[in-house]
Amino acid sequence: MKITFPRMGTSHIAITDLLKGFGNEVIPPPPITKRTLDLGTRYSPEFACLPFKILMGTYLEGIALGADTIVSSGGVGPCRAGFYMEMHRRILWDLGYEVETITLEPPKGHMRDLIKQVRRLIHVPLSQVWTTGLFVWRKLELLDIIEERAYYLRPRELETGSTTRALRKCLSIVRSAKDMEQLIEAEKKVEEVLAAVPIDPDAAPLKVGLVGEIYVVLEPFANGDVAETLGELGVEVDRSIYLTKWTQENAFLDFFRIPADRDAKRWARPYLDEMIGGHGIINVGETVMYSRDGFDGVVHLAPFTCIPEIVAKGILTKVSSDLGFPVMTLYLDEHTGKEGVRTRLEAFVDLMGKKRVKEQGVAR
Amino acid sequence: MRIGIPSTLAYYEYFPFWEVFFQELGFEVVSSPTTTKAILDWGVQHTVSDACVPIKLVHGHVRALAEDNVDVIFLPRMVRVAPKETFCPKFLGLPDLIQASIEDLPPMLSPRIFLRYGRMSLFRICGQTAHSLGASPIKGLRACAKALDAWHVFLRSVRRGMTVAEALGIRQRMKNTVQGPRLALLGYPYLINDPFVSANLLGLLEERGVQVLTAEMAPPGALKRLSRQMPKNLFWHYSNRVVWAAMYYLDKGMVDGVIHVTAFGCGPDAMVSKLVELEAKGKVPFTTLSLDEHSGQEGIITRIDAFVDMLVRKKASA
Repeated sequence: MKITFPRMGTSHIAITDLLKGFGNEVIPPPPITKRTLDLGTRYSPEFACLPFKILMGTYLEGIALGADTIVSSGGVGPCRAGFYMEMHRRILWDLGYEVETITLEPPKGHMRDLIKQVRRLIHVPLSQVWTTGLFVWRKLELLDIIEERAYYLRPRELETGSTTRALRKCLSIVRSAKDMEQLIEAEKKVEEVLAAVPIDPDAAPLKVGLVGEIYVVLEPFANGDVAETLGELGVEVDRSIYLTKWTQENAFLDFFRIPADRDAKRWARPYLDEMIGGHGIINVGETVMYSRDGFDGVVHLAPFTCIPEIVAKGILTKVSSDLGFPVMTLYLDEHTGKEGVRTRLEAFVDLMGKKRVKEQGVAR
Repeated sequence: MRIGIPSTLAYYEYFPFWEVFFQELGFEVVSSPTTTKAILDWGVQHTVSDACVPIKLVHGHVRALAEDNVDVIFLPRMVRVAPKETFCPKFLGLPDLIQASIEDLPPMLSPRIFLRYGRMSLFRICGQTAHSLGASPIKGLRACAKALDAWHVFLRSVRRGMTVAEALGIRQRMKNTVQGPRLALLGYPYLINDPFVSANLLGLLEERGVQVLTAEMAPPGALKRLSRQMPKNLFWHYSNRVVWAAMYYLDKGMVDGVIHVTAFGCGPDAMVSKLVELEAKGKVPFTTLSLDEHSGQEGIITRIDAFVDMLVRKKASA
């Protein structure tokens, strides 16, 4: 059994360790390139969203590298993503690739099924599962912290590109950590590397909240490097979703029936009072919260044809005009280019900058 | 008091119910006129740009009701009517979306239709709705029972082979003089039965002697059994019915071809269309007919003629 899985942001570094630690042979998903997307687009329904097409391409590339099993998440709707593994399987089988699939459904209501699926992935004693789990979780947390730090450093860096270089170095340090001891060592090294980036401590950059559908928020290839571009334009980014936090709320707490994102839902209520699936309601709530927290604007990332995000966009327009708060929706599809995204972001940053000068009389 | 019901989306499944319900409570029920170009154009201009045609349409219909000076617009929030499925997220957020996009609307009545306990929940919702309109909840229950009767009459005529449009009196009963090919015309009732958006698709097929089977005509019991054969079902009410009906008609060998009717930009249909296509593969010819705000009748005629001719020739050579 050779396993591959979807690639999303930096998480593949830790997920590879997880599956290897459980005693599987793993084909790490290759980096997402134009070729991946072209391949995926060719075999996907025209109106499937961007994540579906990227995953389709990733799976096909993984299969070409020898994978015969795919692990992915399931879901209960109403977002389409919950059906994607099943759809991908049918399309792959139709193409003649008879791959096995392992779908991890959310614990609520599917506990027995989830355990059954997870057991297919575990080929080592339970004690080792536990140590691997702890190690991988800590690694995921470190990966999230690195990204969060980079968002802080980038608008303050004195030499353009130094943060991105430091970030790459950090990721390779984390990747090479093979056990808990090395990981703790890596945490220290990462700290040193990031502290060595020269910054202007007095800078007061514009602050932008990044909301949207989880896949396109986490995967830079899917969003035309929004976070990096904003950073280089001198904007501090606050990302509303991190994988560890999201997993904690939606998998662990879900098991105990503790609802996630209670704050965001509360702030969304005047505008949208229904779980519309995906991140629809959370995005509306987070946008209101960013406005209250004194941010300068929100960039809303949505895959083209994403159903919940279309509803969210319609409502965000109203939120934006009610609160006098700049919100820009970026629809992302297979034709989105980094330069196009950059142009739109530049205009948006200009707008926020002028608004701040007008309101506070502070020049950037 | 005049209650306005937009004649699109869930209208095509539940209008006979709500019409009798509100009439029993002593209100006047007004439905918006069948779709016109003006209604569609207004919707296209005022809806969030990436929405699908049906969502743009409902904006236009709500506007038409507001212009008709109805006292209340009734737009229920359709959440769940059968276990383990829900409606498309656009349906779930629809009342909020409409409120955010259209200004100066008459008050909107949007009860949350979530039938956790089946009929029990329906009676409760009807009682609450009656109360919010100033009628007694008990009267609401009685109206609900009457409305259910009327709705079952509607369902029965659909299951006997009437299209929804015929059962609602939007178009005349089909009379098939020629014994043409039998087609499964699968798609959401609010597309197929809307004479304007579908460019009179049912009429065009009738003229060509095609016998049409729609998703609503398939017996619900058989569909339920088929749903258990699926490794995983879709999440959406209308989509599930389309996929199950496709499996039903294909398993029984009842049709010579399948047409999937979809709206441009429909999210769930990206999945449905592929599923139906894979189901039909190797059995009968399949085609997708995509409708949007610009689709003219000419384009649709060309596609139907090509498909129907092919079926006729295939049948003759077999």
